[in-house]
Amino acid sequence: MAIGLEHYLVVAAVLFTLGVAGIIINRKNIIIILMSVELILLSVNLNLVAFSQQLNDLTGQIFALFILTVAAAEAAIGLAILVTYFRNRGTIAVEDINMMKG
Amino acid sequence: MISAIVFLPLLGFLIAGLFGRRIGDRPSEIVTTTFLFVSCLLSWVVFCRVGFTGQPFSVQVLANWMTSGVLKIDWSLRVDTLTGVMLVVVTTVSSLVHLYSIGYMHEDPSRSRFFAYLSLFTFAMLMLVTADNLAQMFFGWEGVGLASYLLIGFWYEKPSANAAAIKAFVVNRVGDFGFALGIFMVFILTKSISFDTIFAAAPGLAHKQIHMFGGDWDAMTLTCLLLFMGAMGKSAQFLLHTWLPDAMEGPTPVSALIHAATMVTAGVFMVARLSPLFEQAPDALTVVTIIGGTTAFFAATIGLVQNDIKRVIAYSTCSQLGYMFVGLGVGGYSLGIFHLFTHAFFKALLFLGAGSVIHAMHHEQDMRNMGGLAKKIPLTFWCMTFGTLALTGFPLTAGYFSKDAIIEASYAAGLHGQAATYAFVMTVLAAGMTSFYSWRLVFMTFFGKPRWEQADPHDAHAIADAHHDAPSEEDAGHDDHDEHGHHALDPQESPNTMMIPLYVLSIGAIFAGLAFKGFFIGHDAAEFWRTSLFFGADNHILHEMHEVPEWVGLLPFVMMLGGFALSAYMYIFAPEVPVRLAARFNPLYKFLLNKWYFDELYDFLFVRPAFWLGRLFWKGGDGAIIDRLGPDGIAARVLDGTSWIVKLQTGYIYNYAFAMLIGLAAIITWALVGSGVH
Repeated sequence: MAIGLEHYLVVAAVLFTLGVAGIIINRKNIIIILMSVELILLSVNLNLVAFSQQLNDLTGQIFALFILTVAAAEAAIGLAILVTYFRNRGTIAVEDINMMKG
Repeated sequence: MISAIVFLPLLGFLIAGLFGRRIGDRPSEIVTTTFLFVSCLLSWVVFCRVGFTGQPFSVQVLANWMTSGVLKIDWSLRVDTLTGVMLVVVTTVSSLVHLYSIGYMHEDPSRSRFFAYLSLFTFAMLMLVTADNLAQMFFGWEGVGLASYLLIGFWYEKPSANAAAIKAFVVNRVGDFGFALGIFMVFILTKSISFDTIFAAAPGLAHKQIHMFGGDWDAMTLTCLLLFMGAMGKSAQFLLHTWLPDAMEGPTPVSALIHAATMVTAGVFMVARLSPLFEQAPDALTVVTIIGGTTAFFAATIGLVQNDIKRVIAYSTCSQLGYMFVGLGVGGYSLGIFHLFTHAFFKALLFLGAGSVIHAMHHEQDMRNMGGLAKKIPLTFWCMTFGTLALTGFPLTAGYFSKDAIIEASYAAGLHGQAATYAFVMTVLAAGMTSFYSWRLVFMTFFGKPRWEQADPHDAHAIADAHHDAPSEEDAGHDDHDEHGHHALDPQESPNTMMIPLYVLSIGAIFAGLAFKGFFIGHDAAEFWRTSLFFGADNHILHEMHEVPEWVGLLPFVMMLGGFALSAYMYIFAPEVPVRLAARFNPLYKFLLNKWYFDELYDFLFVRPAFWLGRLFWKGGDGAIIDRLGPDGIAARVLDGTSWIVKLQTGYIYNYAFAMLIGLAAIITWALVGSGVH
């Protein structure tokens, strides 16, 4: 069975859904949310690379490289915020972060 | 010149009131007192001019003050003999009281405020007496009421002073309500409130009927009764008198100025000023006579048993005001004004003398803790004695001429009507009692054993603190006071600023009657008063009063001697007699000591129902109906509605993210299904 575009797209969609579900369902740890965000970005990358191959257009692959860079920066900033937050509050449990409550 | 008299006190008030804190206490005192003395000097000049040489005149201040329909009010100062007399009384007493207060209030931290109020009062009082129409008079009337309120409550840290101030204000409102209605009646009848117009129209209005509340009333009687209601409130007449004794919570100079010499006589002045109206309403004059006689008697009975030195004098004032109204009521307007004139001197003297005693005793006001002061403060003693002589009507002193004239006139008028006879009996009895309680005051204060020495110092201290915890004691006074708690009190004569007014007023108290009798009520009266007082065609009271039998003239003198002898017997020779009498006639004693239970009666009749009604409207009307259905109700419904919306705001990011995702999915679905992709 030849592996076609559809397979890539399905894998990417599964990854994306896992990422979103990880954000919404996760009640424990902010790090998991960060990992879920990474997962979403990677699934998007997978889509870009798949279409790039399919359409013979390099733009998608270059875009994927940019996204990797941005994702690295985002992970660094996110972790930094996380460290500061932990210092201030003494916890990174998601359930305790509800200061925006009405 | 007349403008300067009236507006200098206003200027003093503005300077001391607005800048008192910046320029300091001493300059405020000097400025207001100087202005008052200038004003006083000019008043005497004006008085001599309108009384003896010149003609009445009026000065326009503001050509057209208000215009509303047919109501046109000009603001001008009317100066005739009556105004001149009042100008002299007001500015003289006021300037002396200003001077006196410099000494009396020297410990008080807010002296500039005190002097500002005093000047404000003087201004308002001068506006009242120079009024050219009823609106202007009402302005001054309310102005003195305001100043009186402010000054009674001057020591606003004391709850009792605040209560007294509110009481004075509220009781005066009752009278002012009548006064305002009276002004409306005058306007309905004459379409004007300018004195010249209404006086000209008054004779034509006699016996005019007015239809009101389903009945016909005599218009002039009704008008004059309403106006007299205002006078009753201001002059503390029977039924509306309850505020005057409580007003003694104010500083003593205030009592002398406002509650003895000037403001309380505003009612007398008003009736005299409106004599052309009252002459057309004989029934109203009868009421004036009866109320006056009743007050004279009733206040004197209470004065017999009071122990607070200022309250005795306050009831004496009340009683003397009754005399004045008797004088007015029998038609002798100049008699009332004459008594007002002399009374201002000797009653201010008595109050300031009492202030000097209180000052010497370090704010002790209870006469039971005094005694034997004659040797300690001889000058005050002599001044008080002169005041008492004048008040009781010792021959040739001021009170002798004015009070006895009123008693004779009431006898003469009694030949025509029963009310005057009643007033005659009441005033004669009151004369005896006046003598008794005045001498009782002198004897208890100045004679006998010094009770302040043997009294347990701690006790005296506690009493003084409980009753008269004036703030003036708090700064400089308190150390002083404590010291006196341990050592015996040593009363000392007051400083010169306080004694000089006493000397001046003593001279007035002794000679004012002799000097001015001829002009006020004697042969020169017609020429002196000219048109300022109006006597009806068949009002010959000033002549009739000279034709009364000999014994009527002697009667007050006999009563005076009797009162003096009884008082001397009871308080000097046999001091145990009053105690025995009080025990023997205990119900009567209690009845008098509690002021005929008027306060309790009013409390039951008016105060409590008013509180009950107020509570009903507050809790029931405002709280339960307006608030519950209005703002509070709406707010509660909004809260109910929003409280479940609030629950949506969990504060968890993942909830918000989920909501966003659902929303995004819905929008995309809608976009795909609804718009084109088939």
